[in-house]
Amino acid sequence: MQTATLPTPVTQPRSAPPEPVGTGVRSFSLTINGAEYELNVAPWTTLLDALREYLDLTGTKKGCDHGQCGACTVLVDGKRINSCLTLAVMHEDHQITTIEGLADAQTGDLHPVQQAFIDHDAFQCGYCTPGQICSAVGMINEGRVKTDADIRELMSGNICRCGAYPHIVDAIRDVMQLNPTAQ
Amino acid sequence: MHNQVIGKPISRVDGRAKVTGKAKYAAEFTAPDLLHGVVVSSTITKGRITHIDTGDALALDGVVKVFTHQNRPKLAWFDMSYKDLDAPPGSPFRPLHNDRIKYNGQPVALVVAETFEQARYAASLVKIEYAQEPHETDLQHHLDTARKPASGLASLLKPPPPKARGNFDKAFTEAPVQLSTGYVHGFEHHNPMELFSSTVVYGKDGKLTIYDKTQGAPNSQFYVSQVFNIPFRDVRVVSPYVGGGFGSGLRPQYQLFLAVMAARELKQSVRVSLTRQQMFTFGHRPATVQHIDLGAQPDGTLDALRHAATAETSRFEDYIEVVVNWSGALYKAPNAQFDYNVVPLDQYTPLDMRAPGGVTGMSAIECAMDELSYKLGMDPLELRLKNYTEEDPNEKRPFSSKQLRACYQQAAERFGWTKRSPEPRSMREGHTLIGWGMATGVWDANQLPARAEAVLTVNGKLRVSSATADIGTGTYTIMTQIAADTLGLPLEDVLFRLGDTDMPLAPFQGGSLTAGTVGSAVKIVCEDLGKELLKLARKMPNSPFAKAKFDDVFFVEKQMRLKADPSVRIDLQTLVDQNGGRAIRTTATSMTNSLKQGKYTRYAHSAVFVEVQVDEDLGTVKVTRAVTAVAAGRILNPKTARSQIIGGMVWGISKALEEETVMDHRYGRFMNHNLAEYHVPVCADIHELDVLFVEEHDDVVNPLGVKGVGEIGIVGMPAAIANAIFHATGKRVHELPITLDKLM
Amino acid sequence: MKPFQYLRPTGVDAAVRDLTAQPDAAKFIAGGTNLIDLMKEHVEQPTTLVDINRLPLATVEELEDGGLRLGALVTNADTAYHPLVEQRYPLLSKAILAGASAQLRNMATNGGNLFQRTRCYYFYDTSMPCNKRHSGPSQGPAGCGALHGYNRIHAILGTESADGNVHCIATHPSDMCVALAALEAVVRVSGPQGERTIPIADFHRLPGDTPQHDNTLRPGELVTAIDLPANGFSHYNSYLKLRDRASYAFALVSVAAALELERSDASGDQISAARLAMGGVAHKPWRKTEAEALLVGQRPTPDVFGRAADALLDGAQGYGHNTFKIELAKRAIVRALSQAAKLEPTE
Repeated sequence: MQTATLPTPVTQPRSAPPEPVGTGVRSFSLTINGAEYELNVAPWTTLLDALREYLDLTGTKKGCDHGQCGACTVLVDGKRINSCLTLAVMHEDHQITTIEGLADAQTGDLHPVQQAFIDHDAFQCGYCTPGQICSAVGMINEGRVKTDADIRELMSGNICRCGAYPHIVDAIRDVMQLNPTAQ
Repeated sequence: MHNQVIGKPISRVDGRAKVTGKAKYAAEFTAPDLLHGVVVSSTITKGRITHIDTGDALALDGVVKVFTHQNRPKLAWFDMSYKDLDAPPGSPFRPLHNDRIKYNGQPVALVVAETFEQARYAASLVKIEYAQEPHETDLQHHLDTARKPASGLASLLKPPPPKARGNFDKAFTEAPVQLSTGYVHGFEHHNPMELFSSTVVYGKDGKLTIYDKTQGAPNSQFYVSQVFNIPFRDVRVVSPYVGGGFGSGLRPQYQLFLAVMAARELKQSVRVSLTRQQMFTFGHRPATVQHIDLGAQPDGTLDALRHAATAETSRFEDYIEVVVNWSGALYKAPNAQFDYNVVPLDQYTPLDMRAPGGVTGMSAIECAMDELSYKLGMDPLELRLKNYTEEDPNEKRPFSSKQLRACYQQAAERFGWTKRSPEPRSMREGHTLIGWGMATGVWDANQLPARAEAVLTVNGKLRVSSATADIGTGTYTIMTQIAADTLGLPLEDVLFRLGDTDMPLAPFQGGSLTAGTVGSAVKIVCEDLGKELLKLARKMPNSPFAKAKFDDVFFVEKQMRLKADPSVRIDLQTLVDQNGGRAIRTTATSMTNSLKQGKYTRYAHSAVFVEVQVDEDLGTVKVTRAVTAVAAGRILNPKTARSQIIGGMVWGISKALEEETVMDHRYGRFMNHNLAEYHVPVCADIHELDVLFVEEHDDVVNPLGVKGVGEIGIVGMPAAIANAIFHATGKRVHELPITLDKLM
Repeated sequence: MKPFQYLRPTGVDAAVRDLTAQPDAAKFIAGGTNLIDLMKEHVEQPTTLVDINRLPLATVEELEDGGLRLGALVTNADTAYHPLVEQRYPLLSKAILAGASAQLRNMATNGGNLFQRTRCYYFYDTSMPCNKRHSGPSQGPAGCGALHGYNRIHAILGTESADGNVHCIATHPSDMCVALAALEAVVRVSGPQGERTIPIADFHRLPGDTPQHDNTLRPGELVTAIDLPANGFSHYNSYLKLRDRASYAFALVSVAAALELERSDASGDQISAARLAMGGVAHKPWRKTEAEALLVGQRPTPDVFGRAADALLDGAQGYGHNTFKIELAKRAIVRALSQAAKLEPTE
């Protein structure tokens, strides 16, 4: 803060609050890609930073840190969300899937959306790609897509600065086996 | 004749790494006890820091140090040491140098802590007091201070405006049809998806390994070495994946300086990542004001052409870009005049941004030509063809190749241009006005020298490397293709690596020159390796290759064969086995043939045709379809090249309709500095984009005959869209972006 | 982000108690999509976060009067795609789906949507003057930076305070709330004094001389549900959103239009009921029953729609960059009403 800021004291924990979590580092576990991870982080650690900075799961990307680009998209209980706008501590009971968990762990076979992104050259720099793919998987789960226009609208939460959109739509249409002329 | 993979639509070789999240970007490398740095940015535009209080920040758990201009280490004194390899003339910005504030958002402190969360919070507690001074940031209000830019090294790839030809004033005055028009473009910021980050790993011996977001690892190494007075060998910069550049990574950004400074002072590894807001606190596409005067005969023949541009720059460096030259090269107007000036203002130095100057200047001239076509009552395409030139009128020399005419023809045919109804507002469906517009694109096809290394391992695998970059361009893939074809190996036996200063030197990735530049080095170094293989073959007992010269052999299917008798063949593996259990290693430099190349103007060209739908009442614009035909020499990989062109077209839509960084000049601060309010297209904005590659042979540009396609895709697009909007609505908008309020 | 105490109650009463313990410095968190964003910008600096995600408020229930109760913790996505909402309140579905992105809609809750704060650039940037953000020096200087600054996205209605001054020209950014305003939803809250209901029209407020207050909630109150009245105007409705790109952008102007049409005679329909609300133009969803009254009893024609638009926009005031919104809003109202009446196709 660059005005006449007063020192801001760190809040003291209240005495015996219901289910106290407190201000300090908290230990909890997250279930990510089927595996359990122990975390010791402050409650103000976002899910995105927990993945990237504490668990070395850097496939999930930070593009804006404000829910304005979609690069941090992960699946929580199968639903796509922006991991930058949620706290890690809020997801103790959830199944989290990141880009690292989409391919078949045993065989190494890619998820069909991953393969389609390669086949259709649906990325360039690759930085938005994990978010695009998780978003596409989430969108397919949602079951609301019938046309190209639906794909375009429902994939609009993922910005691709390289401009790979036409190929992203091609890849998803291919996976969903939609008719390309459907409008 | 033996090409296996060049020219084929090969999927990206780095595709699997990118779709599985395994590709690591600068902020994703780690080190034991890594510290995290968060930057504090100035909130004023000009003045001095009078007081900094870091007490509250330092009092927090985990905070290690707060660096400011007051406690930074002593560093190189001379300006010269801060000049990176892409620095324009002037005195480069030096982070934390002193108490002076030169622009809004300038880094004024670096908070280093054990965790990112600690550093982020502590950064908010650093208290800074300033003595403000009046600032000037508004180009339009300071056009009277425009002056010629200083010239320097940057002029090598950025020629000054062409000399005047004929007598413009006289020709313009006498021209039966005259047009005087002007165009204004705002600021734009590159905004690659990856945030600028540097992870500096501090070695036990004090040597640094730096994972940096850059379009040229060697430039970052050079900069760090100069500023911190460290020998090159003690600074290794690594950058295997770059999450978009678009020019922003051509110069080292301040997080690199700050991270290195902190790591050296603390003797510990440090990572500094910028926030998205801070991505608006360094280079940008400059705001410009352009004027164009055209004088023509009633049949469309251009007699007179004047193109003048004024752009902003910083107080400390004279950034230039080539804005006005393109019109002079594209149209043969015998009387022409060009002018380019800069206005120094209190902001950061602009920086090359995808097709720098090209998309700016071509947007203006191609809109002006469209305006002229309506004045003449002439088809816009016909007007271009009327003034088509087979020789560069600026330099009075031929083009190395120019298939622009074929671009016009093929794109027009694909688009269905002949069905266009020429009158504005003559095509509609209900309250949706439909417009068709077209424009031309031009971009450089430069080649620079580059080095590469090739190693054939004892297992017969080819490893090729060069310290170039792949910012999403497909460099990994096309270099792999070139290497594979040159030595007749399957793609899976070839590994191309890049982005590491331990590799042979290559220029930064920019200006659409990597394919031709590094591609030539890769080709030559693989040929040199082939020559080594031939030597080994010749030494073998009773070798059928004993008398063969390199020109007598070719490589295919993991074998070397005689051209004269392809049944005479030997496995490359057999040849490696002759090398005493050692890999075969060659290094080579591709030089440019300046003597030959200097006789030609070397450009890629494009023709763009666009359809828009404009809501007559609400002013909303939709680019429903666009066709771009590109003549860019040999296309090494139509799959990745098509992606590059489509990306450029999306950028064109963005520039025409959405993108602008808006400053509140009272504060000198960009107000929409985030991705919610700095609009770039989303998936729903992009409809049918069609790309055609026109066949073009060019043996001048470089040994591969390739021109590079990173920028040609954007150049013509904004003008084509603006022209289509005029055709739809009858409204000529002279300020980009064309938002709905401008069409109501 | 400023450190905070994190609490996770499981019941409504406990949540209210947790919040009331430090009413000035505590915030509820549900989806977090706006709050965490603002905490990273230091615009919001709660010292306690009360995570209400484990409260039993995540159901959609039919009401006896034919209405629908949307639990505060039901996500925007689940609400928009709920079969009963799609069938009976399509206007609400359309408005929700016009906002944010699929990811954000999966996180954001119905309760949280009511508390979205403005997108004003000056509000978001703590180095810039802002009366709405200002509650002490740690949140930046006072004043309204937008009033004489870059105000393209700002309000044109309801900006003047009682003393005739303008203290804030921020807009409310929600799409969902515009539809809720048109549908006359009722907000249910629980607080230290028990439960109460607030008509949506009274929930958000105009800036006056206290723009820091977005709504009329009392300290410690928690939104538990949003009730939709039985009439969902499911046959004739439209949500038209105009913005700077086709998706994932906030509204410059948005219109929720809802009509009931009756066959009056052989020559055509007559409007028997009308609702009209706007987003992106004021500190709260903008609705005037006088404008709706002008529609009732009329035939659905562009002229009639234009008169309603004029009435709804009466007193509109531009501040420079946003002056275009006045004419844009008028045209948008006419278009939205035409779409609602099925005289025009929707996109």
